[in-house]
Amino acid sequence: MDYIIQTVISALSFGSFYALGALGIGLLFSVLRLINFAHGDFITIGGFALIVPSSAVVATVLIGGFHPVLLVICVVAIVIIVALLSYFLVFQHVQNSSPATMMIVSFALGYTLQNIILMIYGGRPKAVNIFPELTGQVQISDGVSVQILQLVIIAVTWILLIALVLFLRRTKVGVQMRAAAEDFRMARMLGVNGKSVIALAFILSGLLAGIMALLFVTQTGVLTFRMGTPIMLFFFIATVIGGMGSLVGAVVGGYAVGIVSVVLAAVLPGDIRIFRDALVFLIVIIILLGRPQGLVLTKSAKDRV
Amino acid sequence: MIEANTPLLRLVRTFWPLIILSLALLIIVAIVDFTGDIILAQTLVEGLVRIVIVAALYIFIGNSGIISFGHIGFMMIGAYATAWQTCCPYTREMFMPGLPVYLLNNTHHFIPAILLGGLLAAVAALITGLAIMRLSGIAASIGTFALMMVFYSVYLRWSTWTSGASSVVGLPTTTTPWVGYVYAVITLAAAFLYSRSKWGLALRASRDDEVAARASGVNVFRQRLLAFVVSAFFCGMAGGLFGHFLGMLTVDSFHLSMTFITLSMLVLGGMQSLSGAVVGVVVLSFVIDVLRRLETGVGNFSIPTSSAEVFVGITIILILIFRPSGITGNAEIYWPFKADVSASAAMKRQS
Repeated sequence: MDYIIQTVISALSFGSFYALGALGIGLLFSVLRLINFAHGDFITIGGFALIVPSSAVVATVLIGGFHPVLLVICVVAIVIIVALLSYFLVFQHVQNSSPATMMIVSFALGYTLQNIILMIYGGRPKAVNIFPELTGQVQISDGVSVQILQLVIIAVTWILLIALVLFLRRTKVGVQMRAAAEDFRMARMLGVNGKSVIALAFILSGLLAGIMALLFVTQTGVLTFRMGTPIMLFFFIATVIGGMGSLVGAVVGGYAVGIVSVVLAAVLPGDIRIFRDALVFLIVIIILLGRPQGLVLTKSAKDRV
Repeated sequence: MIEANTPLLRLVRTFWPLIILSLALLIIVAIVDFTGDIILAQTLVEGLVRIVIVAALYIFIGNSGIISFGHIGFMMIGAYATAWQTCCPYTREMFMPGLPVYLLNNTHHFIPAILLGGLLAAVAALITGLAIMRLSGIAASIGTFALMMVFYSVYLRWSTWTSGASSVVGLPTTTTPWVGYVYAVITLAAAFLYSRSKWGLALRASRDDEVAARASGVNVFRQRLLAFVVSAFFCGMAGGLFGHFLGMLTVDSFHLSMTFITLSMLVLGGMQSLSGAVVGVVVLSFVIDVLRRLETGVGNFSIPTSSAEVFVGITIILILIFRPSGITGNAEIYWPFKADVSASAAMKRQS
């Protein structure tokens, strides 16, 4: 029983993390048809923002040493600026291309960002220790103790989700964004400013990436220039499974991927467990074939002739 | 004035892009061979292997219009299948103890080995293509991406056959500039003939207007599958060439960055043109090589490491923003003489 509770909490915290990531991608896909492969690198940038401007071998922190509130604001602001710049300098100019072309552009952007980080900071992993109090364990009942950070991830995710839902339903720009996600051209004809809606999507996506950078670095304590890539792949899977362009789908997909990968790791026998990643991607292909619109259907997901 | 209608001339005109590309590569190979510079020869062979990959990518991507992120997986399959037959007779059991007894005890010649490697990649493409080629647009691209990840994760973990996360070393370095040249020309010829065939035409029709092509009786699924299998075959052969160029194989080299670099070359040259595939490889390989040399330093001057990668990334972004049809503008190299206007117009229409 204790083991099950621990597994459930672990699955929920993985799922929450993936859900936030999938949401960051889903937001952009819904208004722009862009699968942003640079999203993982936005997270990397958020991590490296902690040690700006030091590029020494042993990292000294500047922003990472601020008061926690200021620290969060600074990191999130930096990632939002990067996300906005990537829209105005790059994606704005290809937004009429096919989704696959935009996917290559986002690959190119991610590749460039990674290598700029490599150029400045070198390839060696850097240890960074923020919020050390969160990595401790907490006793929730007899024999069950979980990492505080796991609970924090779940809590932060739900706070952000509720805030996002309120924003999208209660504010004018939020409603405009939902309209644009439903049918971009129609929304523009009805007076929605397309450019500002997309910019807003980039801001939200950057905000999520910044917060995820903090959660991720707290968890791992290490910065590497490629750290965004493997987690990005899982967000991408979550987005596809949930249904691209559907925000509810992104969250469902994130939790599905988190739960499935934890459960697979727990139940598969050892010699098959090593093929877990292959299985997860196989599931993606099967879902594409059987239910290309994802688990959660949106009206705009269908291709029109 | 050139006589327009002798049969030989017509033939030359039909195959003009292929002839020009082969001759241009021949001149480059001959010059490098003449200088005898070993480092230059290395760069050249790498470029020729990339021409095989990118021309193979063109067969599928250029004609179907579906961007595939999965072909490097087929390249990996071909690379390992070739290595199983040719690699390191004395240490094979150490690197790949899981191989069947026959493969452990027999070493084959390079040519049948690489053909079988290509064939295995083609079979893998046939089986997976039966499912993935039913998808269209972005779903198809995502499907190929997931496919690459499946192949990659399986080979990474299947260490008794592939050495997994470590590498297989001691492959004979068979791929010299001239060997690379022969395979590059064979691949270019196949790509050219395919795109001029009725199947190539049908597939391009589906690329330009899928609904109209279906209405005209094109079985889009079958045409895509054919192109997928053919291009996987050549990707598999490219894998064999690649392994026998480096003399070693690691699963990690067949992942995102190889996918990105080869796609970049196709995009840079012009995705829908075979000439573009070659131009993209030549230009990008040349630029990367120059930047790499500057990174290590020429005299007192040097640029920061990984400048080449940053440059490639920015170039691709700029190309896709300002000239999405690539350097060649998606056109083939035209017959340069104004002998027959209708023929060149016909070629323009075809490409």
